Amino acid sequence: MSVLDATSISVSRGGRQILSDVTISLSSGEFLAIIGPNGSGKSSLLRVLAGIWPAESGSVSLDGTPIGDMSRRDIARQVAFVTQDTRVDFAFAVEEIVAMGRHPHRGRFTSERETDRRAINLALERCDVSSLRHRLVNTLSGGERQRVLIARSLAVEPAFLLLDEPTANLDIQHALEILDLCRSLADGGQAVAFASHDINAVSRYASSVALMESGRIVAAGTRNQVLTPRAVRDVFGVATEVLAASNGQSLYLFHRRNNQI
Amino acid sequence: MDKRRVRLDLFYLVLLPVLALSGVTAIGIGSTEVSWRTILGVAAQKLLPGGWVDTSGLTQADTVVVWLIRVPRVLVAAFVGAGLSAGGAVMQGLFRNPLAESGLVGAGSGAALGSVIAFIAGWTAKSVVSLPVAAMIGALMALVIVYAMATRGGVTPVATLLLAGVAVTSLLTAVWSLLLSINIVNWQIAQEVLFWIMGGLDARSWTHVWLCAPFVTLGIVAAIVQARELDLMQQGEETAAAFGVDVERSKRMLILTASVLTGACVGVAGMVAFVGLVVPHAVRLLIGPSHRPLLPACSIAGAAFLILCDLAARTIHPPTEVRLGVITSLVGGPIFIALLMRRYREVGLA
Repeated sequence: MSVLDATSISVSRGGRQILSDVTISLSSGEFLAIIGPNGSGKSSLLRVLAGIWPAESGSVSLDGTPIGDMSRRDIARQVAFVTQDTRVDFAFAVEEIVAMGRHPHRGRFTSERETDRRAINLALERCDVSSLRHRLVNTLSGGERQRVLIARSLAVEPAFLLLDEPTANLDIQHALEILDLCRSLADGGQAVAFASHDINAVSRYASSVALMESGRIVAAGTRNQVLTPRAVRDVFGVATEVLAASNGQSLYLFHRRNNQI
Repeated sequence: MDKRRVRLDLFYLVLLPVLALSGVTAIGIGSTEVSWRTILGVAAQKLLPGGWVDTSGLTQADTVVVWLIRVPRVLVAAFVGAGLSAGGAVMQGLFRNPLAESGLVGAGSGAALGSVIAFIAGWTAKSVVSLPVAAMIGALMALVIVYAMATRGGVTPVATLLLAGVAVTSLLTAVWSLLLSINIVNWQIAQEVLFWIMGGLDARSWTHVWLCAPFVTLGIVAAIVQARELDLMQQGEETAAAFGVDVERSKRMLILTASVLTGACVGVAGMVAFVGLVVPHAVRLLIGPSHRPLLPACSIAGAAFLILCDLAARTIHPPTEVRLGVITSLVGGPIFIALLMRRYREVGLA
């Protein structure tokens, strides 16, 4: 059981307060959806949790150890971060991309070992991209590429997987594939944090939800506690109706305020 | 579609004989032709312990032409080609752009300024070492200025680095042009500078080999050691950091590596354009972008490429030598334009 704890985190960049007094915790087996509009601080929070941005005040600790005391490599072995930057300009093969995930485990001069190979193969399988292993990454579709980039992070064999809007550019079917994958990873004991502004899709899969607005977490807990029509209206600035789908799950329907469809 | 690449062993199976053959050919061809037997004889005489080979058939002139004129020239061409290609590959990885090269961070113009000063101050007349050393110091100083300008609070954004590089390059170019125009009345210096700017390997001696070889070797080894970091930097800085790369430190080391390579090469060969651009690109198309295999392959291909370009430079229009930089530009320019067109097509602009 691993726990990643952020306590009273504040960050400002270029004179603008980006995160203020954010407290959040992520533990094994959890699928946490971080929901909020553009610019609410989701990406920034993930960067702080991944130890890429230092927190100006507050602290982040990994199983009780402040990550400020850990090396980049040590953090990278436990916390994998799939960034929004999915650009790949050079024609790497899928297998080469996924093998990069072993970097934090490999010494400068050690070649690929049996454990590395196993982790790479497992990651390719989990993300259902084994059949693409010899393909060049710039010939893949958006959905395939996103799965490959997630496989690269899984090859780290991390305790925590942080994903920044991984479904933002995908069509519905591919987005659901990614969400299914994350759900099964969390069921398998990994901790997954998933930043998104897609309330409907993500919240259905997540075990917990944190709602962000202007650098703060305004509510955290289960989906029904957090995503009330009132909270969604306040944060996203839209009127919200909650409907029941045929399988009993609730669906959110949005209207521009005073502008019913 | 599977990855369409040439297998690495096949690549070397072709490349290594090409390198050896171009080396021997370049030593053999020139104002006096030398047979490959003579070349091997001289090499054996110089490299093997005395008495191992019968050297009675070799004349003094053979030895001078082969060992003191042609061999050092070919070796300098090989090291410069290797260094510029490896340096280019490093910059392209770091900037995530297949069209980047070392000149972008000011190294080229800094080296040019250093050399122009060495010419004008008259140091070059006193010692052959002064020119390469001045060029290397110029390259490193330009780099330090560019890096300091682009860094705020320990962070050096690549875009800022590029802009600072362009700004410093134009400033330094203006300074050495100014120095040159003030001294243009001294036609001899002006001619030397002009020749140097067009790049060339005429009258290169063993001194030049020893001046560039250690830095080029060091630079290539340093680049290969950082190959996996370079792969990750190519995926974007945030991603590199997420996979455990100390991004700012790595960036400093990579830029330093590329600048040492460029400085050492420009120092002994002058401005030789396009090698750092065309060679890595061609090799990447053949064996893929992964830097561990790419960097050594690039270095060897670059060595062969520049030996052949230099051979062309001194044989196309005898007895005059065409400047090496002219040849590489004539070969590299069209390739570069073709790459650019291809890139436009890829991003849908044409």
